[in-house]
Amino acid sequence: MLLILLGVLILHVIILILLIVSTAATAWSVGNSGGKDLWYKCSTNSGVYGCLPSSNEDWIQAVQALMILSVLFCFFSLIAFLYQLFRLVKGGRFFFTAIFQILASVFVMCGAIIYTVMCPEDKKIYTHFGYAYVLAWVAFPLCLISGLIYIVLRKKE
Amino acid sequence: MLTFLALTSVALLGIVPEQSQAIVIYTGWERHALVGSDIRLSCSFFSWRWTSEDVTFSWTYRPDGSRDAISIFHYTGGAAYLDNKGPFRDRLEFVGNPGRRDGSILLKNLELSDNGTFTCDAKNPPDIVGRPSSVRLLVFEKAPLSMTLSLISPLFYLISLSLHLLLYLHCAVPIQAGVITGAIIGVVLGLLLLIVVIYYLMRFLVARRVFSLSVSKHGKKKKEGSQQRQGPVPPADPSKVKAATSEKKKQESRKDKK
Repeated sequence: MLLILLGVLILHVIILILLIVSTAATAWSVGNSGGKDLWYKCSTNSGVYGCLPSSNEDWIQAVQALMILSVLFCFFSLIAFLYQLFRLVKGGRFFFTAIFQILASVFVMCGAIIYTVMCPEDKKIYTHFGYAYVLAWVAFPLCLISGLIYIVLRKKE
Repeated sequence: MLTFLALTSVALLGIVPEQSQAIVIYTGWERHALVGSDIRLSCSFFSWRWTSEDVTFSWTYRPDGSRDAISIFHYTGGAAYLDNKGPFRDRLEFVGNPGRRDGSILLKNLELSDNGTFTCDAKNPPDIVGRPSSVRLLVFEKAPLSMTLSLISPLFYLISLSLHLLLYLHCAVPIQAGVITGAIIGVVLGLLLLIVVIYYLMRFLVARRVFSLSVSKHGKKKKEGSQQRQGPVPPADPSKVKAATSEKKKQESRKDKK
């Protein structure tokens, strides 16, 4: 039982780290000379590496909001898990943790889908998707599985 | 005393323009408009000098995705020169007042290809050092373009619908960076808070009903009272039992831990 709990906790922390790295890293779309993410577009022009703020379009702001919300909800579910670990009735289920975790996975999914569909238009500089985009897509099923595990998990002795 | 203040203020006004002779140009940040409508792009400037007769205004246009800007309007020597060869021929009108430092232009009958950045540059000789200011124009069609994307995610449809409503209602207010982000985050966290508050409120109310139910059983039976309480009693029972047993279990677990 202790091993299961430890494994679930480690999975949760890994998901939180993945989400934070995905939200912050400048690698959603990459090209030869630079990378672009939700906040800045950085590129190397004639030997100088510089960053400009991303465009103010609505969809980028929606993706920003959804990624931040998913990080927040994953963090809330971690706190709820630790709280319910010590305060839950024996035989009870981790409902709050599961709800927050599933909501976090839904938000990551929506953010990644919006970014995929409304892909930024400068195809000459930023040619393909970067590792932060991949991390977002990897975090979504992990988060969902973790949420389902919390639904099934029951507190025993 | 007053003369001293007047002299110092005149001296300051004389000193400052010598050091900071920059002209500051004001335009909007972003403008939103529907296809077929007219829009006024305003441009004004601040300068320490009086408005001279040789004041010039010029507007240039850079389409979205293009690197080159073309000049579409120039006002100099008291006369306005409008675009007669480019994309805005016969659609441009000068509605500004150079004497009042206003160099606004009116774009009529907007098309979707008018999306882009408009830059205003004003010069007030001898005050010519300044940075041109840009305003971004976004032209929308009437139907929300989220129809196809709504098949993918209903959440995205809701978000974009609310965004379109915001944009149509607040055409004059430019949406700056981060406003939509903050709005979405605030709304979701607010809903979460509301749900938590309602949950605890319901638990509190159920607990109070438990209290009032036990009082009525021991008290006198009134026909109206019993009819009213028989209604909510069956659905309240399982939740009341759960609340009571969970509270009992929590008390037991606390006692066990102690």
